[in-house]
Amino acid sequence: MGKLNIITKGILKENPIFVLLLGMCPTLGTTTSAINGMGMGLATMFVLIMSNIVISLISSLIPSKVRIPSYIVVIASFVTILQLVMQAYLPGLYDTLGLFIPLIVVNCIVLGRAEAFASKNSIVDSALDGIGIGVGFTLGLTVLGAVRELLGSGALFGFKFIQGDGMLVFILAPGAFIALGYLLVLFNKYKAKL
Amino acid sequence: MAKESTLKNMLLTLSIVTLAASTFLGMVYAVTKGPIEEAMIQKTNSAIMQVVPEFTNDPSSDKLLVDLSGKSYWVYPAKNGDNLVGLAVESSSSGFGGRISLMVGFSSDGTIYDISVLSHTETPGLGDKIESSKSNFSVQFKGTNPDEFKILVKKDGGDVDAITASTITSRAYCDAVRIAYEVFKQYLNDNK
Amino acid sequence: MEYILIIISAVFVNNIILSQFLGVCPFLGVSNKVSTAAGMSGAVTFVMAVATLVTYLLQYYVLIPLGIEFMQTVTFIVVIASLVQMVEIMMKKISPSLYQALGIFLPLITTNCAVLGVAILVVSKEFTFGGDPQLLNMSQAIVFSIANAIGFGLAMILFSGLREQLELANVPKEFKGVPIALITAGILALAFMGFAGLV
Repeated sequence: MGKLNIITKGILKENPIFVLLLGMCPTLGTTTSAINGMGMGLATMFVLIMSNIVISLISSLIPSKVRIPSYIVVIASFVTILQLVMQAYLPGLYDTLGLFIPLIVVNCIVLGRAEAFASKNSIVDSALDGIGIGVGFTLGLTVLGAVRELLGSGALFGFKFIQGDGMLVFILAPGAFIALGYLLVLFNKYKAKL
Repeated sequence: MAKESTLKNMLLTLSIVTLAASTFLGMVYAVTKGPIEEAMIQKTNSAIMQVVPEFTNDPSSDKLLVDLSGKSYWVYPAKNGDNLVGLAVESSSSGFGGRISLMVGFSSDGTIYDISVLSHTETPGLGDKIESSKSNFSVQFKGTNPDEFKILVKKDGGDVDAITASTITSRAYCDAVRIAYEVFKQYLNDNK
Repeated sequence: MEYILIIISAVFVNNIILSQFLGVCPFLGVSNKVSTAAGMSGAVTFVMAVATLVTYLLQYYVLIPLGIEFMQTVTFIVVIASLVQMVEIMMKKISPSLYQALGIFLPLITTNCAVLGVAILVVSKEFTFGGDPQLLNMSQAIVFSIANAIGFGLAMILFSGLREQLELANVPKEFKGVPIALITAGILALAFMGFAGLV
């Protein structure tokens, strides 16, 4: 498999949100605006890349029966590092994303990639896979966040287009489900044309 | 390839992995501890700067506790030379999603200079309009004196326009502002 | 009284799936049939209650006294992962019939963010019962976790009932499967918003 291919497949063909349907909790919970979605995506990408690298390094040393607990400890450590660093240097974003930062640990994408890719491939390939899936996840979150922000508050990346409120429901919980549902429909339609 | 699993190597691996992880985390914690505390102080300081008139002292080192009906509140006196130009009061109340913490700033004559939200857990898109960056809700308090401008939502007979569809949040915000005003008066009383 | 408030708030007003977005993966993944949804909910209830109890004790009697709250995420997830394994082994020995019913769902629960989410919420979120916001005490924490599990079960079972009907419905090709399920979930969440004034 070409190196470029490893990156691009995560963005379109195996997009974690639109194709694999993994990591739905942060996808729905943090995308009240495009910026928040992007922040969450980047945070997840950091954990994905770092844990992919470390796991691909140590996977040959770990007995297969304790591999999942070991991977979880590695992932949880990187999440904690992320928590500490964000609290120190990006306290605002940390407050907004709140509970969903520690929950990156149980994001199925991270453990899924560790188990399915990083444990069987070289360090470089695992890092590239982390980048690809991470970018795909970030893109998905940003798009969903942008759609919800645009419809819900008439703004995009914080710039307001209309006076007053938008369709508030899109910022609230039901809108998250509905917006993602319609985005999936669009994605399916577009994919069929390819 | 993955190794054969025996009890010995499983235990050994898990211990090494956890030990390595906690050592590493301990190191990161030690490095970030300072900046995290600094970030929190910075947050308080920038809130104070926003809510009181210009000052020359360091309000967060002059901070003191004021007791009001059995509870203590932090106040940050802003002074220009020796003159008290304003007072920032940290107060909180229960909103829709949890605690709403405000930094309410008063000029020395008792009018509200400005209000900043320190933390809240209100619904995004509804209750979070108490943040000054999200709507004009907090503007209506600026320059008013709580003795004349009744800090209650209009539904409760006051002068405050509540946020649409967020009456509970607006009420809680008003509660916190009223508490802050009482603390301000108490502070003046204590420091006559 | 506060127990009733906790239960109503956790089950209806702040439903863990439909308004907190925790546990959405199993919500979409194993909600094709009512029976599997019920099985999953049962397993989650059990694990969530035990996990919350253990993590609560750990937080207040180990992490805070030692001043290492930053290890919270690592500790909690390790506890939950090992707990799930233990429950699985014990259930197999003690009640094979219960294991038959719930066993296959247990491995999936480790990565169910609802369990970790509730464990973290219990020790970090302040609740209000009329008075000042405050953290939960132990019995309130247990009630909160069970109420959340019930909320999870309620949403799962309602949703799987809807999905069984959707299977038979004639929906456009692009909407088939997850997209229409998501839109349905959105409408269900909209209905749950009606409970907002209850507490």
